[in-house]
Amino acid sequence: MAGVAVITFPGSNGDTDAFHAFRDGLGCRTSMVDYRETDFSGYDALVLPGGFSYGDYLRCGAIARFAPAMEAIRAFAEWGGPVLGICNGFQILTEAHLLPGALLKNASLRFHSAWVHVRVVSTASAWTSGLMADEVLHLPVAHGGGNYFVDDETLARLRDRDQVVFRYVDADGSPSSEASINGSVDEIAGVRNEAGNVVGLMPHPERAADQLIGGDDGLRLLAHAAAMAGVSA
Amino acid sequence: MRWAIDVTVMPKTGVSDPQGEAVRGGLAMLGFSGVQDVRVGRHILLEVSAADALAAGEAAQRMAERLLSNPVIEMFSVGEPRLVGGG
Repeated sequence: MAGVAVITFPGSNGDTDAFHAFRDGLGCRTSMVDYRETDFSGYDALVLPGGFSYGDYLRCGAIARFAPAMEAIRAFAEWGGPVLGICNGFQILTEAHLLPGALLKNASLRFHSAWVHVRVVSTASAWTSGLMADEVLHLPVAHGGGNYFVDDETLARLRDRDQVVFRYVDADGSPSSEASINGSVDEIAGVRNEAGNVVGLMPHPERAADQLIGGDDGLRLLAHAAAMAGVSA
Repeated sequence: MRWAIDVTVMPKTGVSDPQGEAVRGGLAMLGFSGVQDVRVGRHILLEVSAADALAAGEAAQRMAERLLSNPVIEMFSVGEPRLVGGG
């Protein structure tokens, strides 16, 4: 199979970092694939990277959802292949209804660029099954619209079905509303679909791929799905 | 026939509206007292070709449902189509 595909939409800017993290950090066969691709059946995993696709016009991710690649992404997800949405990628997946909820503007209305801590709440996903429950990852965020929202009924269902994958926590791992610097409901930093193959998160694992730039916890998040897809060097 | 249709998209009740809160704070700082609440949304003006007002309105409704509004966090209203051109 053809390895990991990092999908570039007009305005994506996290694609090169994601490519580098998989290819150079993990030794995976990795390709940068354009938003006009209409068949991902040959790939082992898909990554929707961060950025400002379509200028964040109308709503973040709203227009990317109608890109030519989106139907192929949906087919790949329905087939069960691992899909990771990072930041804008997470926004696109919620707009495409491949993940529940929506991302609102940060409660502070400020763009937040900082290193944060997230707790692994669910290991029942293609991307976190190689991690330990409750382990804490140190990852950077950079977003103006990371305020995760679901209504009370959906939140109850997500909690019931173990679909909350990451929560913002303090440096010592404690939950705290201050830890969710963007105002996300229940301090949610990432979720999965019911099947567990699609995960979205606001923090950037691909920017925590090297101790030289602040940490490599991100590689732990990317490694398992890549290995399961049989693409590690 | 060409129709102008106003679509208004607002945050749903129960969804936090940081923009609205920021505007409310700004109004207070400017000395406007008595502002109880502010909600900020989006106004979209569509101009569509359609055989009649009904068809134009239905098209606008579908556009709002599919793209202009995110039903998880927003609600919308579609105004009466206004005739702006023949042909």
